[in-house]
Amino acid sequence: MNARLSTFNMVSLVAGFAFLYLPIVILIIYSFNESRLVTVWGGFSTRWYVALFQNQQLLDAAWVTVRIAFLSATVAAVLGTLAAIALVRFGRFHGRTLFSGMVYAPLVMPEVITGLSLLLLFVAIGLDRGFWTVTLAHITFSMCFVAVVVQSRLLSFDRSLEEAAADLGCPPVKVFLVVTLPIILPAVVAGWLLAFTLSLDDLVIASFTSGPGATTLPMRIYSAVRLGVTPEINAVCTILIVFVTVGVIAASLAGKWHAAKAGRV
Amino acid sequence: MKDLGDTSPPLLRVERQRWVIPARLAVTAIPYLWLLVFFLAPFFIVFKISLSEVAIAIPPYRPVFDLSEGLDVLWEKARALSFGNYVWLTEDDLYWKSYLSSLRIAAISTLIALLIGYPLAYAMARAPAAMRPILLALVILPFWTSFLIRVYAWIGILKREGLLNATLLNFGVISEPLTILNTDIAVIIGIVYSYLPFMVLPLYANLERMDHRLIEAARDLGCTRVKAFWLVTAPLSLPGIVAGSFLVFIPAVGEFVIPDLLGGSETLMIGRTLWSEFFANRDWPVASAVAIVLLAVLILPIVFFQRHQQRADEAGR
Repeated sequence: MNARLSTFNMVSLVAGFAFLYLPIVILIIYSFNESRLVTVWGGFSTRWYVALFQNQQLLDAAWVTVRIAFLSATVAAVLGTLAAIALVRFGRFHGRTLFSGMVYAPLVMPEVITGLSLLLLFVAIGLDRGFWTVTLAHITFSMCFVAVVVQSRLLSFDRSLEEAAADLGCPPVKVFLVVTLPIILPAVVAGWLLAFTLSLDDLVIASFTSGPGATTLPMRIYSAVRLGVTPEINAVCTILIVFVTVGVIAASLAGKWHAAKAGRV
Repeated sequence: MKDLGDTSPPLLRVERQRWVIPARLAVTAIPYLWLLVFFLAPFFIVFKISLSEVAIAIPPYRPVFDLSEGLDVLWEKARALSFGNYVWLTEDDLYWKSYLSSLRIAAISTLIALLIGYPLAYAMARAPAAMRPILLALVILPFWTSFLIRVYAWIGILKREGLLNATLLNFGVISEPLTILNTDIAVIIGIVYSYLPFMVLPLYANLERMDHRLIEAARDLGCTRVKAFWLVTAPLSLPGIVAGSFLVFIPAVGEFVIPDLLGGSETLMIGRTLWSEFFANRDWPVASAVAIVLLAVLILPIVFFQRHQQRADEAGR
């Protein structure tokens, strides 16, 4: 294959990535703006970051959000992995079509519908809205993303390893823990991370299913954004972007290290 | 083969068999039940409430069905069911205009996302193999950063005294600032920007796997570059185009955040109508009816997408 790119391809790449990244870069730059006006550069300053850490409402919301994200990602990682195993390994069991439908549909389902339907469920069963209802809602939609990620890993791995372990007298549960789980673990971790960021990010479903005392960070950001662009919001957003980017890069490096180690053995 | 290699005592094997069935059942049943309770069942509740009447109470609707009343009463009620909310949807033109406008905006956005995403995915697939994982990571990374933040970033760029207008005025391209924010154009830009990775990823996956020799063969047989593209590459990448388009189109139809933050008061999108029906008017039954109709509009593309995905999975096996 040709080693260098044609001009057309080069232009596509540069233009495409500029479109994807420029808005985010601009947002980060203006979070360090001394001036309150968005278009006027008033010099470098970190005053908006200092102001953030004195905003108790925002800090409370951030803490609630991280707790929900951690809990829901952990449960979603377990449920999503089970769902992926059922879909890939158990052949055509009874009700498989409905099951795979329920795994794929939430991926494209408009959030307003998911949010409204979950809220009406919680009202119908008399569950008080708040921290736990948001967590349940987030588990439900993010487990499907985990299932898709883990499923692709399960489809691509060599089953003879499992068969070898079984032939050597390993009971199925142990085969799963000793052979299968370590192999699919990077996908489970990636799924956990995805579930965590989806939960961290969600505004619509949280707005429907949340109650008094459980205001999440996106809900706070949203109500602030409606009043206009301010450097404080830019600063919150920058912190979130850095937090997520570092997390994702660290996870992918850890994955590479894990793969390199496995390759040596 | 497996039985030959099994050297464990017969008793242990029986013991193992006894465990396999319940373990498999549990692995399937736990996520299955979870999705039945938290994903499927709520739709029936939404449907039920869409048939009820609004009431000034908490919750703000009067229940229609109550199993404790017995079957006779239930049958009576079923005959007198209130489809009033659905009739209402057809009478007030706000609703069908919202549906049509959502479909239009989503379709235009999907097309533009395809026009931007295809060359990007194509160039990524043609890049040197060593560069490809990095380019792929660069497409995925924005997907990890908050959706809300990425939409918010555009407000500062598109508004009247925003960066785009300031730049264009500076270079003398325009003499009057353009009004882009709070129009349908801003909504389309927002949707294309937010959903572009969903378009690029399936396209890239498809184009990267493509056998390059087919294009070389077409070129050897006298095709021009452009003709080879239209006769070979484009038809072969159709599954990627279909998957990417659905991943953009379906969620875009029900989008709330983008029309709410970037659109104007005239921007009608059904997700936003549902939201205001629910939060501003507190009319839960009408909001439910809007959701049911939206679901009915989207069910065909969703089923088609799921079939497509399943076929792709089976082909990849």
